[in-house]
Amino acid sequence: MARVLLYYAHPGHRHSHVNQAMYDAAAAVEGITQIDLYAAYPRQNIDIDREQALLLDHDVILFQHPLFWYSTPSLIKEWVDLVLEHGFAYGAGGDKLMGKTLMQAISAAGSSEAYTPEGYQHFPLRTFLTPMEQTARLCKMRYGAPYVLHSALQAPAAGAVAPHVAGFVRLLQALRDDAYDFDTADKMGQVDAGTLPIKTEA
Amino acid sequence: MGSFLLLSFLLLIAGVIAVPLASKLGLGSVLGYLIAGIVLGPVLLALNVDVINLQHFAEFGVVMMLFLVGLELEPRRLWGMRARLLGLGGLQVGLTAALAAGAAFVFGLPWSFAVAIGLVLALSSTAIVLQTFNEKGLMQSEGGQSGFSVLLFQDIAVIPMLALIPLLAMPDLVESWSFVDTSHAVEIAAPLEGGSSHDGGAVPEGGSNHDLEGSLDLNLVDELPGWAQALITFGAIGAVIAGGSYLTRPLFRFIELAHLRELFVAAALMMVIGIALLMTLVGLSPALGTFLAGVVLANSEYRHELESDIDPFRGLLLGLFFMTVGAAINFSLLFGNLGLVVGLTLGLMALKGAVLYLLATVFGVRGADRWLVTLGLAQAGEFGFVLLSFVVANQVLPQAIADQLLLVVALSMLLTPLLFILYERVIVPKYVEDQAREADEIDEAGTVIIAGHGRFGGIVNRMLRQAGFSTVVLDHSSAQLEMLRAFGLKVFFGDATRPDLLHAAGIAEAKLLVIAIDDKDGATELTRYVTQNHPDVHIVARARDRNHVYDLYAAGCRDIIRDTFDSAVRSGRSALEALGVHPFDAELKSRDFQDRDRYGIRELAALYDPEIELHRNAAYVKRTRELMAEQEAELLGKPGAFAMRADRGWSPPTARDVEAEEAG
Repeated sequence: MARVLLYYAHPGHRHSHVNQAMYDAAAAVEGITQIDLYAAYPRQNIDIDREQALLLDHDVILFQHPLFWYSTPSLIKEWVDLVLEHGFAYGAGGDKLMGKTLMQAISAAGSSEAYTPEGYQHFPLRTFLTPMEQTARLCKMRYGAPYVLHSALQAPAAGAVAPHVAGFVRLLQALRDDAYDFDTADKMGQVDAGTLPIKTEA
Repeated sequence: MGSFLLLSFLLLIAGVIAVPLASKLGLGSVLGYLIAGIVLGPVLLALNVDVINLQHFAEFGVVMMLFLVGLELEPRRLWGMRARLLGLGGLQVGLTAALAAGAAFVFGLPWSFAVAIGLVLALSSTAIVLQTFNEKGLMQSEGGQSGFSVLLFQDIAVIPMLALIPLLAMPDLVESWSFVDTSHAVEIAAPLEGGSSHDGGAVPEGGSNHDLEGSLDLNLVDELPGWAQALITFGAIGAVIAGGSYLTRPLFRFIELAHLRELFVAAALMMVIGIALLMTLVGLSPALGTFLAGVVLANSEYRHELESDIDPFRGLLLGLFFMTVGAAINFSLLFGNLGLVVGLTLGLMALKGAVLYLLATVFGVRGADRWLVTLGLAQAGEFGFVLLSFVVANQVLPQAIADQLLLVVALSMLLTPLLFILYERVIVPKYVEDQAREADEIDEAGTVIIAGHGRFGGIVNRMLRQAGFSTVVLDHSSAQLEMLRAFGLKVFFGDATRPDLLHAAGIAEAKLLVIAIDDKDGATELTRYVTQNHPDVHIVARARDRNHVYDLYAAGCRDIIRDTFDSAVRSGRSALEALGVHPFDAELKSRDFQDRDRYGIRELAALYDPEIELHRNAAYVKRTRELMAEQEAELLGKPGAFAMRADRGWSPPTARDVEAEEAG
């Protein structure tokens, strides 16, 4: 059993197409810890000690958020700035997160075609996630390939929300049960509800 | 009564005209008073005014000044000055007295005359020097502190001098000398002895109300044996220290019951005069006694209150004193012996200056500060007047010589402001670079004044102190102060809306004033006073309600905090959260509410006119209606209204945006 910590960050959650539904569904998954960062820290007054204690208590840290300007909502950046301290997460004596896993679950408005050299976003999605990937590396953590929903604004009309939410629940359960195949996911670069590499026999 | 009014009016008008003129010309207030006195001299003579008697009365200003100096000087700092006080001060008095006496002896005077003259001339003018130091902000400089050490030692040295001088009495010698040398001043001396109508150069009558001389009449310990005198002396000093430490607080708390401003002034005067009286009774210097009391009270919360109560009296009395010095200059005697008197004066000042320069060098006073000590203290002083009258009364020195010495003393005092100007205009510019390198000595005055230390100001004070800023807190609740002092906070008693108290707390040097007093109108008045008189001081003002915001805005404050507004907004936010609103949405709504409210209040503050009732203020009413309409439009989601920040933020490019992007 891995201890899963789900961080959710969406300042405009009232206008959310899919993220709020994912987070609400996650509440039904037993044995994971859920934190709505914007509810916990509405004034960005992040409790560094509390957050570090939470990190120590978990094995998989999963950030669930929409992609804002090719990055995370600002509160996650603030969280990274404050919580991943020198001497705790990196640098001399900073080995407290060694061996843990960092992962992202992302919704993006752009289609998968948009995130190609020919598409209007020009770069693969993973390029925009390299800051988080390198953050994990500096903290001696494994960076898991992201769970992604493309064309998120069209998802409700296309009937894509329910499968994505169900996939998210399966992902959380697999992470919890050590049934997730990180190596295969790494080879795929990014995963979605249809391609989740879950081991049937643990 | 009529003559009293006339005299008061003459003195006041002379001061009121001369001092601003002198200050404008850069001469300083002391020279202004001296000149006013010189101009008034003939008028006072014509009115049969006893200038010397007036001078003795005015010398009480020196006593008050030393009390104020003591208030500025914590015991710790006084102890730190002890080497300078005894070394620099002691050597200055000893060397100057010896050299002046030697010079007099060389000029052919008998040795007893010479010693008396040496003692008289060794003293400098505490009144002029400290007044000028304070006025020019030199008190905290190294030169100022050194000069003060010397002056303080001199004031203490007067007491043994008064004991020593009678031993020099040689009545026969004095009589014979007067007989031989009558050419100088006999026609002047005659009216002097007549009593009240003398002009300058006069010797005070014994038994006038002068502080030191008064001791001759009131001294209770003269007849006692030495050990009893010593015992009583120490007892009196102990009483001043103990009384200052333990009786001041209960006394002021008792007075506070009456809620009358003038009672504080009366109590402060009562303290100073009482101490002076006690010291006189036991044969000590009143100046020394009040100085000690001041030092004892330097750590007291009533310090600024006492300072602001006594300060006007000190200023007026010293002004009067300087005028009497000017008025007492006997010009006929001066012009009769112009060469001699001027020569003696310049010689004396050169001698005193040389001694001071030498000692300042030995004691490591550097640069411009060394010159400040040298030039500042080169005159003879008001204690010289006192000693001169005393030596004549004790038949140590003949009247004629004393008259000339009086002129020398007065003339040297008259020249002192000119030496200060020399210091300022010539010496300081030469040393300006040196001075810039030396770190400023940190003054007592804080960079922040907090008016009102209740539930509001107290929090502001705690925050500022935690951030490492020094604050001066003024409050007028004794109970509150006592509690705070128990926690070791530095707070002072007093009504912050009084400009004099504000001045004593250092508003002239302050960066910031936090107004946190309960009284609405008082806060507005205080704001108006400070924005007008100290425009560089930033004001953070606590407003009690919306109209108070407008008042403070009209008074010139631009950093106004409504005292219950923020906590009410927080309560609203908590209520929203309790009703199930997401905490971040509640936060955004409270921010929007604050922004909109502040926007409205800023718009309306500009239209507010304290002279017009709100509902008669047409512009105010019109804008209020517009703001209400804007708010309504916003609720209905119409564009152009005050934009709601809560709904703004990242939104992804739309399909049309993407098409345009791909086409481009």
